[in-house]
Amino acid sequence: MFALIVRRLALGLITIGLVSVIIFLGVEALPGDACTAVLERDAVGEALEKCRETMGLNTPALTRYGAWIGGALHGDFGLSANGQERISDLVGFRVRNSLLLAAGALSVGIPLALCLGTLAALRRDTWVDILFSTGAILAMTIPEFVAATLLILIFAIWLGWVPAIVLTPADAQPLEFFPEFILAAVVLTMLMVAHIMRMVRSSMIDAMASDYVQMATLKGVPYWRIVFRHALPNALLPAINVIALTVAWLLGGVVVVEVVFNYPGLGRLLVDAISGRDLPVVQAITMIVAATYVGVNLFADILSLALNPRLRSHQMRVR
Amino acid sequence: MANPPLIDIRKLCIGFSGRGGTILPVLHDVDLAVCRGESLGIVGESGSGKSTLALAAMGYLKHGLEKIDGEVIYDGVDMFARSPKELQRIRGGKLGLIPQNSGQSLTPTLRIGQQIDEVLHLHCTLPKALHEARAIDLLTQVRLPDPRAILRRYPHELSGGQQQRVAIAMALAGEPDALLLDEPTTGLDVTTQAHILDLLRELAVTRKMAMVYVSHDLGVIARVCDRVLVLYAGETVLIGPAAEVLRDPAHPYARALLASIPRLCDQQLPRALNGRPPSPGSHHHGCAFAQRCALATETCRTERPPMTAGAGSQSTRCLYPDRVSEIDIRGGGGAVPMVCPADSPPALTLKDVTIRYQRPSLLARLRHRALNPATVEGISLTLRHGESLGMVGESGSGKSTILKAIAGLLAPAEGQILLDDNTLLGTTVERRRPDQLRRLQIVFQNPDASLNPRQSVAEILSQPLRLYFGLRGEALQDRMVALLDAVRLGASYLDRRPGQLSGGEKQRVAVARAFAADPRIVLCDEITSALDVSVQAAVLELLNDLKRVHGTAFIFVSHNLAIVRVLSDRVAVLYQGRLCEIGPTAAVYSQPSHPYTEVLLSAVLEPDPDHAPRLLTEDRAELSPPERGCPFQRRCPVKAGAICETDAPPWQETGNGHAIRCHLPLTALQNRICG
Repeated sequence: MFALIVRRLALGLITIGLVSVIIFLGVEALPGDACTAVLERDAVGEALEKCRETMGLNTPALTRYGAWIGGALHGDFGLSANGQERISDLVGFRVRNSLLLAAGALSVGIPLALCLGTLAALRRDTWVDILFSTGAILAMTIPEFVAATLLILIFAIWLGWVPAIVLTPADAQPLEFFPEFILAAVVLTMLMVAHIMRMVRSSMIDAMASDYVQMATLKGVPYWRIVFRHALPNALLPAINVIALTVAWLLGGVVVVEVVFNYPGLGRLLVDAISGRDLPVVQAITMIVAATYVGVNLFADILSLALNPRLRSHQMRVR
Repeated sequence: MANPPLIDIRKLCIGFSGRGGTILPVLHDVDLAVCRGESLGIVGESGSGKSTLALAAMGYLKHGLEKIDGEVIYDGVDMFARSPKELQRIRGGKLGLIPQNSGQSLTPTLRIGQQIDEVLHLHCTLPKALHEARAIDLLTQVRLPDPRAILRRYPHELSGGQQQRVAIAMALAGEPDALLLDEPTTGLDVTTQAHILDLLRELAVTRKMAMVYVSHDLGVIARVCDRVLVLYAGETVLIGPAAEVLRDPAHPYARALLASIPRLCDQQLPRALNGRPPSPGSHHHGCAFAQRCALATETCRTERPPMTAGAGSQSTRCLYPDRVSEIDIRGGGGAVPMVCPADSPPALTLKDVTIRYQRPSLLARLRHRALNPATVEGISLTLRHGESLGMVGESGSGKSTILKAIAGLLAPAEGQILLDDNTLLGTTVERRRPDQLRRLQIVFQNPDASLNPRQSVAEILSQPLRLYFGLRGEALQDRMVALLDAVRLGASYLDRRPGQLSGGEKQRVAVARAFAADPRIVLCDEITSALDVSVQAAVLELLNDLKRVHGTAFIFVSHNLAIVRVLSDRVAVLYQGRLCEIGPTAAVYSQPSHPYTEVLLSAVLEPDPDHAPRLLTEDRAELSPPERGCPFQRRCPVKAGAICETDAPPWQETGNGHAIRCHLPLTALQNRICG
């Protein structure tokens, strides 16, 4: 088991390494560089040369990659192109804000999704199931900017219960975001619940139709005990990976929602950096998002190994 | 009857709602009564409603089914009238169930200990502190080795036989008065089956339980039951004492069923029962069996026969109980098996084939770590043109692995596979030429999994015909019809999809597909084990015909020794991926024989109340073959000594191509072990 985790971890690190190379090469391949972006029309002749020298852009690509990745390992992504700010300072608060938003959505969303999915499965083909399933389809099909705009219209403009958008600066205390970020969190929760709920519902239906649930019934096990002890643990296994994908998507910065609500998270920073052609910042954010995806999926893999005895001993045998 | 019956089912009708709201019956007017200490066997083909009946006895109906009429009285009260609380108390407690497939009936995420503990918690008055001791005691009762370790295992970490024992232990945990068994040994090896039945018989006697035993296998019923109820299309057609029903059944269906079972001593193929039972819920006015009955008259088709007294103390649903003896019940009344001439040239040669599933990792190779013993090792065989070679052994004996290697689905680690005896075949399918692929075809065990459910029979058959022979249009159509005729299905089957066919029909389509390539060699992997006995007989007959007409060579893998016997010219016995014995069928099935062959033959259950299988060795799951010496050393009842653990046994020839691989001298193998 331990060796298995170590191996998965090593594979994850290799993946992140490959991603860093791809990101670096991708940015390299773009026409222009940080200097042309900053100097804009003045990016000719001596000014350009000088700028490149100060930013270290005329050294070989390999050296620059080494310096970049070395810094990134220490949490130092260098300086941003236009503002001459430290990227780590710039990104730090944004990461925290995105985490804050994700935590809000996840802490409500995951338990809600599990409950709704289980309930829909147990009341399959009744009005409960139809209501929940239709709701999920709706939440998944309406684009998030439409849903966000509608929510703003209803709750912020018509009812006036919550502020429409976030005006708090990025480096404010977490609690200061409080009433403002609710609508953004609600939009994310809706989407997330829809995905996870559908997965839980279908695997729960399979589990309830299985031979072992029939056997448990004929062993005289009470209904709710069957649901929680025999069916649910088995039904959750396939759901874990869907949950992981959703979590990664949330942590990686949800660009559209952050932009609509003007929320100072990683996603909006990415949009700003792209429109300002701030390539070092783009590089840094992409790297963070990639690492988050790898990390969360790794965690989900290990979690499902830990929860699924069949998978666990199979893996052991293969090894 | 001195005491009232414990389970008393009266006029039970169960059905499902079809399209248009009509109710289609699955069980029709079934009566049965079982007293304490009595065991009743329920026999029927798939779809006869036998499992529905067993579950109904617990007051449980599968999704979509509903009770239409009748009562299921357990201990004086109707199960369907009880409250959910009462049902929970009885189920798993006084009324236990042993399910058909324990592997799937145990919750995969819970340890065995937790699952047994749950029953104790629900149904047992013992204080919690004693539960573990009780669980260990139960597992010891079902003769599981090292019960303490088993409590901590998960279901998938046990073998099929062990899972079945755990299910029995779990049923016993509730200290049942009555036990319902739904095909508890179907799918287990002969030896394991014999052990489990032995255990159940003993438990029934010591605990004085009422048992209802559902099975399609009359051999199993003969072994464990006092009385037998034969179910056909949801109706009781015959009920009577087991010995009488097995010796001289008073219903034509039961007689035909007996005749379709292959037996070890048979020289001829069993007789197939033609046609198929009416589909569940279809309406019929007369006798349900009339269409397939040799005695049927016009009256049979219009008038539903009542239960009447038959021979001995049986009651039968037949209008002519006096005439039933016209139907022969002896097995082996069918076709004479086709024999291949002994001098025909080789069609396939295996030289020292060794197969490993485990691939040595780079690290292990660098460190020169010793590999585990190979799954299959040193198999050398010759299959002659037109010959059928039977391969027998328990699960895990490597039979299917060898077939996969021959078919090119699995590359052997060492050794060669030659067509005839000169053309080296590529290790995998990609490395073989189309004409080599065409000459070797395989038919799999489960036609549900090997036929594409989205393709019609025509699409399935046309693929090999287009690929190998370039047939188009009318020629293609004619060839497909000819193939279907050869497997006794008409042209009308061309448009059907696998979902619309019965199990036997699907397997015939699979055979037709193999023959579409006009192969020289057909590999059959347990092709009848998923089928009902009556259908199985028809498939055996078909293979025999094909062998006669086309001169095709077969390798026939099965765990059913009786089937292998009637169909094979030669038989190879495998244990743990190593050959133990090989030779002409008659020689292998008589003396002298390898101790393992002896163990297998003794464990066979025959539909004969006087026949009892002998258990020569404990049944134990071996996960990997021993590193040295004889593969059978750990279970051999007549082990020669230390030499068995150190040296690989030599091949001893008895003449006529019969060879036994054992350290014991042939004279010692001459006598039947223990008897």
